[in-house]
Amino acid sequence: MLRVRLLVVFVTLAAALPGAAQPAAAPPANDDCQFCHADAGATRANGTSVAVAPEAFGASVHGAFACVDCHQDLATVELPHAERLARVACDTCHDDAVKAFASSVHAAVGAEGPTCASCHGVHDIRPSSDTASRTYALNLPATCAACHGGDHLAGGPGRVADGYIDSVHGRGLAKSGLVVSANCASCHSAHDVRRKTDPASKVHRTQIAATCTTCHQGLLAVFEGSVHGAGMANGNTAAAVCSDCHTSHWIQRSETEAWKLAVIDECGTCHVEKIATYRDTYHGQVTDLGFTRIAACKDCHGSHDILPASNPASRIAPANVADTCRTCHAGVPDNFALYDPHADKNDPERSPALYWTARFMYALLGGVFVVFGAHTLAWFPRSLQARREKRARQGGGR
Amino acid sequence: MSATERHIVRFTPYQRLLHLVMFITFLGLAATGLPILFSSTGWARTMARLIGGFEAAALLHRLFAFGMLAVFTSHVAEIGYRLVVRRERGLLWGPTSMVPQPSDAAQFWGHLKWFAGRGPRPAFDRYTYWEKFDYWAVFWGMFIIGGSGLLLWFPGFFSSWLPGWVFNVALLVHGEEALLATGFIFTIHFFNSHFRPEKFPMDMVMFTGQVAESELAEERPSEHARLVREGRLEALVAPEEPSWVSSGGRIIGGLAVAAGLVLLVFIVLGVLVE
Repeated sequence: MLRVRLLVVFVTLAAALPGAAQPAAAPPANDDCQFCHADAGATRANGTSVAVAPEAFGASVHGAFACVDCHQDLATVELPHAERLARVACDTCHDDAVKAFASSVHAAVGAEGPTCASCHGVHDIRPSSDTASRTYALNLPATCAACHGGDHLAGGPGRVADGYIDSVHGRGLAKSGLVVSANCASCHSAHDVRRKTDPASKVHRTQIAATCTTCHQGLLAVFEGSVHGAGMANGNTAAAVCSDCHTSHWIQRSETEAWKLAVIDECGTCHVEKIATYRDTYHGQVTDLGFTRIAACKDCHGSHDILPASNPASRIAPANVADTCRTCHAGVPDNFALYDPHADKNDPERSPALYWTARFMYALLGGVFVVFGAHTLAWFPRSLQARREKRARQGGGR
Repeated sequence: MSATERHIVRFTPYQRLLHLVMFITFLGLAATGLPILFSSTGWARTMARLIGGFEAAALLHRLFAFGMLAVFTSHVAEIGYRLVVRRERGLLWGPTSMVPQPSDAAQFWGHLKWFAGRGPRPAFDRYTYWEKFDYWAVFWGMFIIGGSGLLLWFPGFFSSWLPGWVFNVALLVHGEEALLATGFIFTIHFFNSHFRPEKFPMDMVMFTGQVAESELAEERPSEHARLVREGRLEALVAPEEPSWVSSGGRIIGGLAVAAGLVLLVFIVLGVLVE
């Protein structure tokens, strides 16, 4: 579409050339404009700059265009022109982008919100494939962070830009120069940026798996086969999607110790009872201490392919669970898997033996400490008195 | 105590050695186990790192457990030898036995009355009721913590013939009983044996094995009178232990008590956090 439009512009320009012989109707040429605007000190009456650096414009994607191609209201006026010009209509050529932008959250902000120029620049616009462009993959995060970098426009618990820079995507981009690494626009789209609560948004819960798997090939089918993916497909929008476990802007490499520990708590944000009983086990206690060479959720349940125990393909299906144990506990008998890794000492239905043992132990500890605590407290003043009496008998000596 | 004071042997070097190894392994087990029990506390995380990670803690815990098991079996073997070979029937019943006697109940009641200022201090014999409680608490603890610990140490072996819930129960009782044992030793035992004003700061008898005759006569009048009556006191009189024994005991015992109190603070913090 854009190419067609440009062609139309060129054809129009070419058709206008013979007419250049009529000086009265000729629109100002770029040189005419530069006569004033090339001066770096050129200002409006109020002191704001109107300078247009010829090199920057010449190097821009629009460098071959006439000033009046965009400033169409100047095509027919006498110079010098009025201070206020009509707003440049980018959709003369870029109608798709402008249409997408019009439905975005940025457009919805209104007059305070960003315009095309906020992200693309004005006279120095370069194509996003140009390494010097504001919208080049390596530069885009900084462009977005111009507004979203602080605490204010972060949308939620703050500092999404800082989080992104330190994430696996941000590091891939900034540290490793991987332009294929996800940048802001990869997930949020470039022009049609929508709130995550908008069902049409690429980052709406129902869309996230599709968005992430545009890069993470092959994982969509795996996820859709899982209990979480099936839940989402069946209309349970609370079912976990990528960002629930991986976070959105703070995504870390899955090999890092910090991530392996943090994701356990991410599982626990939904599976509240399961994480409580997990923390009662040696597995859960050791990960709680900050060590990872021990079973976490994923080691028994899987990660993208989690299936319920009722599914015969599940790692924790009765027929498979012993083998799952043996991935760490080599050579243990099948009976080993009869251990309940989520036994609940407060649930007499699920874990009667554990429940009653726990009650007995609490009573034992309580009884011993109460009886002997009272015994000791009663003993102390009497013992103090006995010591004084003994010293008195010994004539105050030791 | 005066220079002319006679010193009476109360514990043999073997018994003193067992107590020494017992409290070192006990503290070692507590230091390497409590971080697991209170895994969500900051001190536990720091301590686990200082120990060198959970694998190192697990290895040290098993080494200390082996040491404590050795103490326990050594003690049981000694008791067995004294019972079977030397026919010391006094171990089973009577004033020199660790077996609770009807007199213990009477002395417990008498002690409470003494606390309230309504009676004389009971005439204790060789072992008081609270000392017997300490002793049997260790026995009980050895079976409960030691047994559950062995189950958790060799789950592959035990799971081939024990049901799965046994391991859930084993982990729970291992931790709760450990809490009871450490909490009890670091408060009740420390007070009863060392911190109570008449003993403060430390009763050295388990380090030197000796007690001054006047102290014995005052604290355990029944035992003193019995030894005199049976003419066995003279045989128990021994030259005072060299000073390095008591000063060494003071240093080691002091460090152990300090370590116990630090762990007690950690336990209290842990209980408050969890």
